[in-house]
Amino acid sequence: MSTEIAARVRNEEWKASLTSESTLVRWTLIAIALGYLTLFLFVPLAAVFSEALKKGLAGYFASFQDPDTLAAIRLTFIAASLAVPLNLMFGVAAAWAIAKFEFVGKQILITLIDIPLAVSPVISGLIYVLLFGAQGWVGPWLAEHDIKIIFALPGIVLATTFVTVPFIARELIPLMQSQGREEEEAALTLGASGWQTFIRVTLPNIKWSLLYGVILCNARAMGEFGAVSVVSGHIRGLTNTLPLHVEILYNEYNAVGAFAVASLLTLLAIVTLVVKTVIERKSAPSRATQDAEWRMQPGSPS
Amino acid sequence: MILKPFVLTLALLTGALGFTSSIQAAESISILNVSYDPTRELYQEFNAAFAKHWQAKTGQTVKILQSHGGSSKQARAVIDGLEADVVTLALAYDIDAISEKAGLLPANWQSRLPNNSAPYSSTITFLVRKGNPKGIKDWNDLVKPGVSVITPNPKTSGVARWNYLAAWGYALKQFGGDEAKAQDFVWRLFKNVPVLDSGARGATTTFVERGIGDVLINWENEILLSTKGSGKDKFEIVVPPISILAEPTVSVVDKIVDKRGTRLVAQAYLEYLYSEEGQEIAGKNNYRPQLPAVAAKYAANFPAVERFTLQEFFGNWQKAHKAHFADGASFDQIYLQSPK
Amino acid sequence: MALVLKQPSVLPGFGLTLGFALFYFSLIVLIPLSGLIVKTTTLTWQQFWHTVTEPRAMASYQLTFGASFLGALINGFFGSVVAWVLVRYHFPGRSIVDALVDLPFALPTAVAGIALTAIYSSNGWIGSYLEPLGLKVAFTPLGVLVALTFIGLPFVVRTVQPVLQDLDKEVEEAATTLGANRWQTFRAVIVPELWPALLTGMAMAFARSVGEYGSVIFIAGNMPLKSEITPLLIMTKLEQYDYAGATALGVVMLVVSFVLALMINLIQWWSGRRHTAS
Repeated sequence: MSTEIAARVRNEEWKASLTSESTLVRWTLIAIALGYLTLFLFVPLAAVFSEALKKGLAGYFASFQDPDTLAAIRLTFIAASLAVPLNLMFGVAAAWAIAKFEFVGKQILITLIDIPLAVSPVISGLIYVLLFGAQGWVGPWLAEHDIKIIFALPGIVLATTFVTVPFIARELIPLMQSQGREEEEAALTLGASGWQTFIRVTLPNIKWSLLYGVILCNARAMGEFGAVSVVSGHIRGLTNTLPLHVEILYNEYNAVGAFAVASLLTLLAIVTLVVKTVIERKSAPSRATQDAEWRMQPGSPS
Repeated sequence: MILKPFVLTLALLTGALGFTSSIQAAESISILNVSYDPTRELYQEFNAAFAKHWQAKTGQTVKILQSHGGSSKQARAVIDGLEADVVTLALAYDIDAISEKAGLLPANWQSRLPNNSAPYSSTITFLVRKGNPKGIKDWNDLVKPGVSVITPNPKTSGVARWNYLAAWGYALKQFGGDEAKAQDFVWRLFKNVPVLDSGARGATTTFVERGIGDVLINWENEILLSTKGSGKDKFEIVVPPISILAEPTVSVVDKIVDKRGTRLVAQAYLEYLYSEEGQEIAGKNNYRPQLPAVAAKYAANFPAVERFTLQEFFGNWQKAHKAHFADGASFDQIYLQSPK
Repeated sequence: MALVLKQPSVLPGFGLTLGFALFYFSLIVLIPLSGLIVKTTTLTWQQFWHTVTEPRAMASYQLTFGASFLGALINGFFGSVVAWVLVRYHFPGRSIVDALVDLPFALPTAVAGIALTAIYSSNGWIGSYLEPLGLKVAFTPLGVLVALTFIGLPFVVRTVQPVLQDLDKEVEEAATTLGANRWQTFRAVIVPELWPALLTGMAMAFARSVGEYGSVIFIAGNMPLKSEITPLLIMTKLEQYDYAGATALGVVMLVVSFVLALMINLIQWWSGRRHTAS
């Protein structure tokens, strides 16, 4: 028995040695990767917090006493809480149609969904000005009926929605495509209604990707700068979102305030990443076993 | 699904907050002042003073909303439908644009308030590093090789246009009105510019915070502001003997105030800028007051400068814009003729 | 009759979901975007051509596309190294690093802009060390490159990582047993597998960088012909009330975006077919 195990272990070690690099190469690669990430990721991250805390904790928290900052936080939450559910509905509907059915023009539709990711945010804002601005096509009619779209909440929500349209759909489509439609078909054959099938069969299968899509969509929605900047009007305490407020504070020589607000957005980003990591752990147990496999490498205690 | 209650609560919460604030707003009146970048501090103080004055006079609470940004950008927003009751911009050209492109106010808007609708004036001065290591005294020091000059982009910034015209006007005076020589002078000046920020504030930040450049050309008020506080022992102000009379202008936006029923308060708001208290606040915030009594009080802050007017060399803003800042005009030529 | 628009299926909801998706997408994205193109038609062809080929516009394309391409290359190389290290090696803090790779994706661009400017300007943490070497980053085209590299960082890592994870080690083992050294195995076995993912990642990073605005304007210095990106030029045109000019440049960028999106999908489709075929 024990010799058999020993032989197997030796065999494993031999196999591992075939597919790994020398220690020198390994650590050089790790050093390159970490050096690169330090330069482009860790230092900027540290800079945000270090600048925000330049005047100590008291100065940091004082930045959040400003009513304009509070108004910006509120507006950012409102905009995201409208844009995200809208895109959630779109994402689920689009993914269902694309993943579960075969139809003409599907590939084109998938490509189109990616467009807002590639369009410059400046253009995303500009198109709404062209449409709804006082000199735009619908603008005069809107003015007549006293409906405000740009330089008001609806414009900000529209611009935010535009930039974040693809996020949830992009998460769901590949997953639902790979899952196929056998389970749904079985449920239907057993007499479930379409809605029941979706809730009981599809949703449990996609919930983690869905949640990840929502979280990512939310982070992007709260952080959008370029597009919102074009349609906001920059009225303090009324149409300033958090990222715009960062710029304003920065321009007022209030570097501490600017970085304090920036740190809030950075924390949001970090929370997003933490939630994402947790979701990945939960949704992909296969990955955990894979990790365990790699731990079998020589050098690690096993 | 998990997020749904969370989002719902959030929506309710924010909705409720928004609701209460709109109820509060209904009891009072609010106006929006769309202004340019460096006036933040000025209008913060002035708005409080005016609200107090208006309350005492009429019993009505007025809330003044502020929007700041590059002057042209702000004018564009108003043209596109930003509902400004009053505009207080860096140069008359931007308010002209609102009149011309959107017809929100009559073409003769500038004649409706005293001093061509400029309640305060300013000029263009220099900020240098402590000890003035490059020995900058006057405009002709800016074109010397090796002097790094910071100014914002005349295409997007109001003050940058004043800077540009001030340099051009100085050169015209120097070279007896020779346009070609003036052009050459301004070209050489802009060859010394390493960074073109999009606005006055951006340029100051580049010079002050980022430590770039030997000299910053900017609004006198912006320069005075940056030498207060921690900047006192890092920088020195240099006032050139000759500069331009810069007049930031203000106007009520007729179509908007008539639609919103705010003409009375908007009009009073601008007129109050000309009152003793308004002038006092302008003086305190480093704008040159027009009222002689107040001007005399703050005279010590504002060194004597020979200020030539825009009209003297350039006719009016329309002409100046066409000759210098339109696409393909003299400013564009600087970069097109001899690309670095 | 010959054309089958939709293959029959027992699943319900096709009309509803596709209808809603198309309606919503048209309303939010397609109609507004087509407005951009309609606005451009107020220009004659000559005017359009003049606007999109004037020297300042050409210089801005060169910078925008050049820096985005370089950024994508840098990310292509270093991103692959990062993905390799994250998948294959164990080192302290690996899972934290893994999570943080996505930061540029979640971090608002304005925040990235001020943070990068603060550290790469001549009195910043990194800039102050580069300055004596004669390297100026902030307010130069190099600054644009730094910002665009930051923005594109997660894409290559995140497309290459899953492919590396799924890579069957037995092929590598076989290659080594057959006498290939590690480098040969890497080139002949691993690289061909990674290639489509790497290309997709780089194309995505490139597409994202081309349109980037928020982080670049803080760090670029915005000199015409030198460090002015196309999105900023569009903004500048807007501020001069030149809507048609702004939209003309917008259309150029839109076409590029669409071609890029198409390319990405083609690569994915192509590699997907390769996989199912093999």
